[in-house]
Amino acid sequence: MFSLQGITSGIQSFLHARFSASGVLIFESLIVILLATTLFALLGLVLVWMERKVAAQMQIRLGPNRVGPMGIFQTSADTLKLILKEGLTPDGADKLLFNLAPFVVMVVAMLLLAPIAFAKGFQVWDINIGVLYITAVSSLSVIGILMAGWASNNKYSLLGAMRSGAQIVSYELSAGLSILTIVVLTGSLQLGDIINAQQNGWWLFKGHIPVIIAFVIFIIAATAETNRAPFDMAEAESELTAGFHTEYSGMKFALFFLAEYINIFIVCAIAATLFLGGWMPLHIGNWQGFNHLMDYIPSSIWFFAKTFALIFLIMWFRWTFPRLRVDQLLNLEWKYLLPISLFNLLLVTVIAILGWHF
Amino acid sequence: MGSVSLIVLTIAALVFSAGGILIGRLFNKGSKNSQKGQAYECGIPTTTSPWNQFNVGYYLFALLFLIFDVELVFMYPWAVVVKKIGITALFEILIFVFILFMGFLYAHKKGALKWM
Repeated sequence: MFSLQGITSGIQSFLHARFSASGVLIFESLIVILLATTLFALLGLVLVWMERKVAAQMQIRLGPNRVGPMGIFQTSADTLKLILKEGLTPDGADKLLFNLAPFVVMVVAMLLLAPIAFAKGFQVWDINIGVLYITAVSSLSVIGILMAGWASNNKYSLLGAMRSGAQIVSYELSAGLSILTIVVLTGSLQLGDIINAQQNGWWLFKGHIPVIIAFVIFIIAATAETNRAPFDMAEAESELTAGFHTEYSGMKFALFFLAEYINIFIVCAIAATLFLGGWMPLHIGNWQGFNHLMDYIPSSIWFFAKTFALIFLIMWFRWTFPRLRVDQLLNLEWKYLLPISLFNLLLVTVIAILGWHF
Repeated sequence: MGSVSLIVLTIAALVFSAGGILIGRLFNKGSKNSQKGQAYECGIPTTTSPWNQFNVGYYLFALLFLIFDVELVFMYPWAVVVKKIGITALFEILIFVFILFMGFLYAHKKGALKWM
């Protein structure tokens, strides 16, 4: 049976048979670097194309359709164009911070890949504090954004960075609280344990209405944290040109653009892992036959299907809701989402202690 | 792979982004003129520095965030063990959340949550 776990364990035993411990480590590191960079490039190409196609379908247009079949190479062409453009640094900018910012954003996006399980047994590192690690590292990306906005010496950039800072920082709270509901139900911070706990059904279905509320709040917070519409105050095109990356051009701009889409993917992957079981196939309690049938679909397909379904949802939001004002945005978080998610967490705790969940 | 993977992934990100920027630099020499390096401001010449005063509201929300984020960090270890300890842990966190919520209501009453 085709499975990624077989391939990884095969490679591992092959390496262990041929090389010493340090040799194995070096080869594994090279493989991880290769896979991670390939994943980044591929995700960037696919997600940007998908975004444009989805946007086009929502507005009854065709979208990109000239470069390659169905315009699938449109993003490659765009990347080529961005490579040929000059990466300009404004005279008044803080040169060091200006050039460092894209690196910070990219490193954060890359580090977030570590605990994500792409398939059964296909994970860079199953950290035992996985969920805490994700919340800790994802909050670092705001530093890169503030750096870019501050260093550009541009009013639009600074305003965009300030807004995005306030927004990311605020919505992190309700995202963290809704993640905590799953930690309470599972009793573990490790993503591997959380996925295994969903063997007889995903948390979204097992945890009654409170978990569904937590899921909805997490999706809202995720949309806000990735600066997507309707929460795209940070780069509101009609008022701030492009927000914090107004002054960036060429490949540095491309890196910001890529990091944005990678972040969407990662956030959706986390939501899929916590609430929809990650690579775990759709299992219903004791229905042996049904569960067995679902196991025939490879775990990687389950993971990517769930993640891309959530990404589609977030792209859908963009063309459904009008942009919020900054005060409405902060009101929504501090006056509604934060108290609701706090009480929701307590509710889930009661359910978990009394064992009312399935 | 263990904690080495974090270093490996950092290197991967640095190689990826530095590679992109360096390849971009290979392909163009760039031209010089006096207006090219100006900050973008809808085409009109820039006036005054942006590194100036900004709305204090952002700062207030950052402070509020700090309080609640520290609370969140305290809740992580609690969340791991709450199922084992049971109802005692629930009452303890109720007291904790109650005190915090009083603080939240105080901030609300003082108008810290209002955007000005």
